[in-house]
Amino acid sequence: MTDRAASKPNATWWTRHHKLETNSIFLLIGVLIAISFGGLVEIAPLFFLQSTIEKVEGMRPYTPLELAGRNIYVREGCYLCHSQMIRALRDEVERYGHYSLAAESMYDHPFQWGSKRNGPDLARVGDKYSDAWHVAHLNEPRALVPQSIMPKYAFLAKTELDFGLIADHLRVNRAVGVPYTDEMIARAKLDLKAQVDPDGPDAEAFLSRYPKTKLRKFDADHREITEADALIAYMQMLGTLVEFKLYDDKAALR
Amino acid sequence: MTTQGQSDFDPVSGRTTTGHEWDGIRELNTPLPRWWLWTFYATILWSVAYWVAYPSWPLATSFAGGAFGWTSRGAVSAEIDALNERRASQGAGLASATFAAIARDPKLMSIALAQGRVAFADNCAPCHGAGGGGGVNFPNLADDDWLWGGTLEEIAATITNGVRVDGVKATRLSLMPAFGKDNLLNADEILAVANHVRSLAGLDTQKGANLALGAKTFGDACASCHGPGGKGNPMVGAPNLTDAIWLYGSEIPSIVATISNPRNGVMPAWGGRLDPVTIKSLALYVHSLGGGK
Repeated sequence: MTDRAASKPNATWWTRHHKLETNSIFLLIGVLIAISFGGLVEIAPLFFLQSTIEKVEGMRPYTPLELAGRNIYVREGCYLCHSQMIRALRDEVERYGHYSLAAESMYDHPFQWGSKRNGPDLARVGDKYSDAWHVAHLNEPRALVPQSIMPKYAFLAKTELDFGLIADHLRVNRAVGVPYTDEMIARAKLDLKAQVDPDGPDAEAFLSRYPKTKLRKFDADHREITEADALIAYMQMLGTLVEFKLYDDKAALR
Repeated sequence: MTTQGQSDFDPVSGRTTTGHEWDGIRELNTPLPRWWLWTFYATILWSVAYWVAYPSWPLATSFAGGAFGWTSRGAVSAEIDALNERRASQGAGLASATFAAIARDPKLMSIALAQGRVAFADNCAPCHGAGGGGGVNFPNLADDDWLWGGTLEEIAATITNGVRVDGVKATRLSLMPAFGKDNLLNADEILAVANHVRSLAGLDTQKGANLALGAKTFGDACASCHGPGGKGNPMVGAPNLTDAIWLYGSEIPSIVATISNPRNGVMPAWGGRLDPVTIKSLALYVHSLGGGK
């Protein structure tokens, strides 16, 4: 082989690729190097790009009740039919409001951007409807939106919320970078109860930990804390945290 | 085993081989068609041009911006600006004109109604229904019964600030007391006043209902908001109880439930979500549904 390569003037290392092709170990290593290069170029820089997450005012971690609601959102697979991603396209901005920012997903583990819209985008559904609407809509979507194809989620209002492990959920989120404090984790259960009890003794301390949070009984039909309470608390804050009055669109053009 | 042999002539097919040999089997040299190959090279060149023209490669702390400064966010902002400009020129004066002036100008009015209809379908119909027909818990906007007033200005104010919205200063605010839940009235009084309310609307009452107690309780507990005759008061969002419109149902159990633990319905505030011209258009549209005052 070498004598042939040497005998031909344009036979360089290029003609030796058969060594890779005929040796599975070499081929495997070559494939790994090629794929790693792709990952290095496409993924690694995202961790270092200063501009990935915009500088915004108002973002805070989810309250324990919102996080519990988010877990229900994930459990029920809401993301299969609802996106949470307003793209930078005219029709979407016209319908749903300001396009979604990376900063708005920075405490999402995992994010709920979704990839399909059987129903509308929910990235800014917070404050768009009343709590009573959400309760009635989960109970029977077609009572309010006759053409809706959404399944009923009436059982959410009939199911008491199981939040025994909520502190662990906060802890796990902290492990992946959400800035929950020791106090937030220690008081997770109490904070969860405080959010549905605006006149309760813990309300003020709760608000100091989670500013700009909605305190009320979201599912007013039931005295106990239901899964509907948690899910509606989560939906009513979606897209409402960032202070867009203080946000400079021009600073993060891309 | 494969061997890398010299390319040579294959007498059976009359063509040359690549010189690759697998267990004595050699591969004919069949080059890619020229047109395909050149198209392929052209796409490689295209991608290089694309990298230069558009944002592409991530760099250490930023990204390659593209030669013409194009960004998707900049593009959508420009599109929205252009759209708003077109709207402003089409409906010139919609922003500054008073309701009365718009009502006098058929062209302006038709633009406002068209905008209002679209915004209504998008934002209002989920509760108030397509066409504003409403339903249980959500008021009908197509009739002439208004909780918070049915003039254009009052409708616009309700849309802007909502009803019973936390944190909105000018929101429509009134809270009917929970007469039952907070023990302000006993069960007999509540049942009596529920019957009295039905009698106000000309509906039949239960057999043996204590209408005298109902009338007295109504005067003490309800008349301050709903008026002595139950005609309601839009200043405090107190509904007229003498008409045939019942937001939460006219049956005794529904009325007892409302008196015991009122719903105090909430409508979101749209001032932060919709621009003033859209809210103006919405007010005109809702006003035009049939019952505007």
